[in-house]
Amino acid sequence: MNYQDEIDVEHRKLLARRHFFRDCGVGLGSMALASLLDRSVAAQEQPTPGQKIAASNPLAPKRPHFPAKAKRVIHLFMAGAPSQLELFDYKPELVKYNGKPVPAELVKGINYAFIKPDAALYATELRFNRHGQSGAEISEALPYLSKVVDDITIVKSMTTDAINHAPGQIFMNTGSVQFGRPSMGSWVTYGLGCETQDLPAFVVLSSGGGISGGASNWGAGFLPTYYQGVTFRRTGDPILSLTSPRGVSRQMQRQSLDTLKMLNEHHLEVTGDPEIATRISSFEMAYRMQESAPELMDLSKEDKATLEMYGATPGKPSFANNCLLARRLIERGVRFVQLFHEAWDHHSEVTRGVKNQCKITDQASAALVRDLKQRGLLDDTIVIWGGEFGRTPMVESDPEANRALGRDHHNKAFTMWLAGGGFKPGITLGKTDDLGFNIVEDPVQVHDLHATILNQLGFDHTKLTYRFSGRDYRLTDVHGVVVDKLLA
Amino acid sequence: MSNMSMLRNIKLLVSLLVVVGVGAYSVDVSRADHPADPPTHWAFVPPVRAAQPVVKNEAWGRTPIDRFILAAIEKQGLTPSEEATRTTLIRRLSLDLTGLPPTIAEIDQFLNDRSPDAYQKLTERLLASPHYGERWGRWWLDAARYADTNGFEKDLPRSIWPYRDWVIKAFNRDLPFNQMTIDQLAGDLVATPTPDQLVATGFLRNSMRNEEGGVDPEQFRVEGLIDRVDAIGKSWLGLSVNCAQCHNHKYDPILQEEYYKFYAFLNQDDEPEVEIPEEKILRQRGEISGHIAKVEDELIAATPNLDQRLSDWESQMRPLEGNWSILKEGSIFASFGTKFDRLPDFSWIPKGDNSTKNVYVIQAKSPLQKITALRLELLTDATLPFNGPGRSPTGGLFLSEVMLEVGGQRLPFAEATADFSRVLYPIKNTIDGDTSTPWDIEAGPGLRNQDRKAVFVLRQPIEVGVGGSLTISLVQKQQDRINIGRFRLAVTDQPGPQADPLPSPVRRILSIPASARTTAQKREVFNAYRVTVAEWAVQNERIAELWRDWPYGSTTLALKRREEPRETRIFKRGDWKRPGEQVVAGTPAVLPGMAAGLPRNRLGLAQWIVDRGNPLTARVIVNRVWQQYFGVGLVTTPEDFGTRCEPPSHPELLDWLAVEFMESGWSIKHLHRLIVNSATYRQTSRTTPLLLEKDPTNRWLARMPRLRVESEIIRDIFLATSGLLSRKIGGPSVFPPIPDGVLVLSYGGATWNQSTGEDRYRRGMYTFWKRSVPYPGLLVFDMPNGDQSCPRRTRSNTPLQALTTLNDPVFMEAAQALALRIWKEGGATDRSKIIYGFRLCTGRQPSAFELQQLTRFLEQQRPGFVGRTASAVYVAAADPSQIPEDLNLEQVAPWTMVARILLNLDESITRE
Repeated sequence: MNYQDEIDVEHRKLLARRHFFRDCGVGLGSMALASLLDRSVAAQEQPTPGQKIAASNPLAPKRPHFPAKAKRVIHLFMAGAPSQLELFDYKPELVKYNGKPVPAELVKGINYAFIKPDAALYATELRFNRHGQSGAEISEALPYLSKVVDDITIVKSMTTDAINHAPGQIFMNTGSVQFGRPSMGSWVTYGLGCETQDLPAFVVLSSGGGISGGASNWGAGFLPTYYQGVTFRRTGDPILSLTSPRGVSRQMQRQSLDTLKMLNEHHLEVTGDPEIATRISSFEMAYRMQESAPELMDLSKEDKATLEMYGATPGKPSFANNCLLARRLIERGVRFVQLFHEAWDHHSEVTRGVKNQCKITDQASAALVRDLKQRGLLDDTIVIWGGEFGRTPMVESDPEANRALGRDHHNKAFTMWLAGGGFKPGITLGKTDDLGFNIVEDPVQVHDLHATILNQLGFDHTKLTYRFSGRDYRLTDVHGVVVDKLLA
Repeated sequence: MSNMSMLRNIKLLVSLLVVVGVGAYSVDVSRADHPADPPTHWAFVPPVRAAQPVVKNEAWGRTPIDRFILAAIEKQGLTPSEEATRTTLIRRLSLDLTGLPPTIAEIDQFLNDRSPDAYQKLTERLLASPHYGERWGRWWLDAARYADTNGFEKDLPRSIWPYRDWVIKAFNRDLPFNQMTIDQLAGDLVATPTPDQLVATGFLRNSMRNEEGGVDPEQFRVEGLIDRVDAIGKSWLGLSVNCAQCHNHKYDPILQEEYYKFYAFLNQDDEPEVEIPEEKILRQRGEISGHIAKVEDELIAATPNLDQRLSDWESQMRPLEGNWSILKEGSIFASFGTKFDRLPDFSWIPKGDNSTKNVYVIQAKSPLQKITALRLELLTDATLPFNGPGRSPTGGLFLSEVMLEVGGQRLPFAEATADFSRVLYPIKNTIDGDTSTPWDIEAGPGLRNQDRKAVFVLRQPIEVGVGGSLTISLVQKQQDRINIGRFRLAVTDQPGPQADPLPSPVRRILSIPASARTTAQKREVFNAYRVTVAEWAVQNERIAELWRDWPYGSTTLALKRREEPRETRIFKRGDWKRPGEQVVAGTPAVLPGMAAGLPRNRLGLAQWIVDRGNPLTARVIVNRVWQQYFGVGLVTTPEDFGTRCEPPSHPELLDWLAVEFMESGWSIKHLHRLIVNSATYRQTSRTTPLLLEKDPTNRWLARMPRLRVESEIIRDIFLATSGLLSRKIGGPSVFPPIPDGVLVLSYGGATWNQSTGEDRYRRGMYTFWKRSVPYPGLLVFDMPNGDQSCPRRTRSNTPLQALTTLNDPVFMEAAQALALRIWKEGGATDRSKIIYGFRLCTGRQPSAFELQQLTRFLEQQRPGFVGRTASAVYVAAADPSQIPEDLNLEQVAPWTMVARILLNLDESITRE
């Protein structure tokens, strides 16, 4: 039997047992479901039967392969692909070659998405300075991040397989350029379950434009759909159908659920099908979500200093609000939060575009790191910042398309940063050549990044697998090496 | 069962769990210590009809299936369950065969039918229902990865619903599955394909298509093929063929070379969008053609010296085509990252993104010493909309300006001619230096999709030298998406050339001696002449008018074999940019080979798949049908019958069914009859402590499993029960209400023109399926997203589902409609109304307890609505402005609350 099938069966049995022992015995009003699932599994060699049963809910907390540095993840996905050359990868040499054609041997055999192979090199117009103890080189476009550089880990030597947005995003999120594989958030919740049953395990937030890779970015692929990311809406109810229909008061909803529960219990007794117990608990969890989500979403509960640090305004959807919300979600036990900010596809006027997006994202991204650190959450939370690929050292210019001073897609080298979760703070890994075209030191493939993230969450990435179609699939396919140099 | 007995049972169960010791936190399911593969894997040996096993209880059983099941049950020391109630049986059968709950009248009729074959009659009625094809068609569409958009970033709509409708019809007429296979994989390659068979090839076209700016079309063509191999593997063969795409795998029976041999079968096609011959359209076209022919006939009859006039005209129309040299060597670059394919005739065809205006820049080497003029041919192609030659939705284009540069100097043109221009958009517009004025070749309905040509004469001939560099720009600045499709360029050194005013087909006919021409050819020549005759202006205008009404039908995506074969090479490490050794089409060695007489193309592949000697196909299909009824297949992994799959629970039954299926003429309905008439299927789904303990997963089927119905059927049940459902079958997909804030996640936004009228209430399977933003009310119940073939859905049970059925406006609207229905049809008393509503939702009578609880709830809700409060208005009606005058809201609103509970019962969305 598949691991998941075993889980399902045990879960059903568990719920039937709980149902009869507790709810039927204790009485209907008590709704003892808050303790339905054991909140943690103690670190003992042999789990007790109770722990085994508790772990049978597909989303119950599970212990990873080995003691983990990190428990949860916030992924700030900068969709559209931010220019590393305007933000992190400073190339003074490029100034010398500015306006000259890229050396032919460098681009031999490479097809670009938009530019011609003989496009001119283009030096950044932004200034860079060294910051913090670590002396990390950061662009003037990132004044806030500059102040937390000693808390983050910069990787200047990321590479990826894809040069188009949808496949690139799918690759960064699922480890495959082809659609249909489970996303990283799904793998993590499959492996670790969730610390709360009042909220989804894997939450997706968005700001910016529509997302190239679409729903497959947070899909569960062939994993059971329990592990699919749940998108929160920007306005209205964060979770679809969270609010009771118009005219149905909280009391009416509770009365309805109580009656529904009695009728479902009655039918459970008649049929003996434990799945009905699961249905009953789903309805109760739904009610608890209804009760808890408004409090979660109410950013006005945050103190003024916090709101100011993020640049968040309660009630006004923004990237900043999403960053703050991400912190509130993980505080409440959500396992994986992914923020999509699709806005970085600067084929034209890359300087202006990057500056504008930094104005929207820099303060809140840095505030998230700072805030998590203040609250002691950074140690066991991984923050990931980055896009699906990088941008060319060559200029993109096409008067017919009204494009000038932009940069095209580049997969051979780009920059990401990480923070917390046992990543070594204050270092910069990797180096690109003088033109910022190829990596010359410490390349990190997307699979390596995935392997390293899973490692910090307590998983041997080669062993977090799921049998499908006759094969044990994993996030890292048949690749991936944990990048020890990134780890504290 | 009493609580006490259940308690006892659960205690037993808990103790059992302790003994078994579930590996709760071991997420490692890799089997490094996998035992060596047996020499011959069972699934690769053709099935043989097994003998019926010996059983103790010979009296039990109705169809041959039952013996196999009973033998296994007895082996476990269990006994089968009793038969389900008749009410359960009719609801079970109706949901399983049509995906719709039975009406109360249908239930009553069945309950009152005491004839011995009442159940069989019911089965036949349901199998004959047109909704049977919807229910089982959708079952197939999961494997076919059906969706209404192209996927990837742009995720534009596609028209492929005719394929979906073909599937529905194929199931309804019980098209033998072997034929169904051939039609879907090679309908275009059979001797004389019917239009239906062309539509059926849409199975392969359900692959996603990347139209993102800047993509390399070849990369994503390859990915589409990889998807097709995967879909065939999962749907027919139960083999994960795709694992071998990059390299050989330790446990995989398919080698990398074999993967590409299989791929080679699919690598030989063009991907056209074809019009489907709708009867209405064909009739209208027939009428129009008739009218046109009549006008023409009259002209012919009234022109006694026609032959002489034609031959005079022909002699004036001697070929103007001079010596044109095609530009063969060169490269092309376009704005917005558009990439091109080069065809063997040296024409270019753009692929991928077409969302903007464009400029195509061609760098070519001159084949001539001197150049006097440039010729542009716009060519039709099966892959363009309506064959093109443009890329607009009707195959049209606008060309704003044509430029020729040599050595950085733009060379002015003196003259431009074309074989066709619209009066307001003449060819001269392309050399007037003004990009706001285009040439347009729109000739109107029925006439527009033809090859066209234009010739541009230089003011001064230019000496470029053979091999000299020419830069030609085709500037298209008029309108987004209205760009050139296939085109070819040529130059000449002859003086004063002009575009041949005759359409190319007519020119070809003129090269045939008049006596050797067919009637149709003669008519074509006549028509080319006719439009030049001034005195026939009235008739010509009449014919032009008739053409303007030429109707177009719907289109669908199909396959068409290429004339020029493509070679297939192994991609090293699966990378399309690293082609290795060439391979020819062939099937994997672990399976019986293709018969010598079979063609090595898709048709041969399809015939091999449904060959009696193919060990997999029949097993895979019967297993997936079984899975649909019993929740789990006899093989638990319908997509994988490979060497690492768990052995079947009932291997003899699987083989017996496979053989029976093939020998019945591959009749899916026959398979249904065998299953639904079995005693196994007719068992109750009630479970006992013993069964729960001894067989918690119900692998041995000593009871029928209770199953939550599929995603789209939850919607169908809500709509059918409330009376809102439209039972219309087929047609374009529909747009039921979608919550605000969902489509914002779509790249570039998405349009969702909400359907009105009955299309708002269509069955779930007709909901427009947008791959990047799947419809949330269906996705939440595990509808597969269509990225890949999905032969096995998850059946999850989550709080988000509960929120949906409780609170989603679509589901609430159903509760409101159900309340009105109960109010109108449920009799005079609360009691009769509750019973009526309960029966609508579950099919059965409520128990005393249920009746009592619902009555109590009704009474509890009533006071809150007294006084026509706002609450009553909102709860009672979806659209308060639509409340009938005579309706007492205070009275109806509490019933909406009751109806909402009834619809949300576990039982209402469960096949018992």
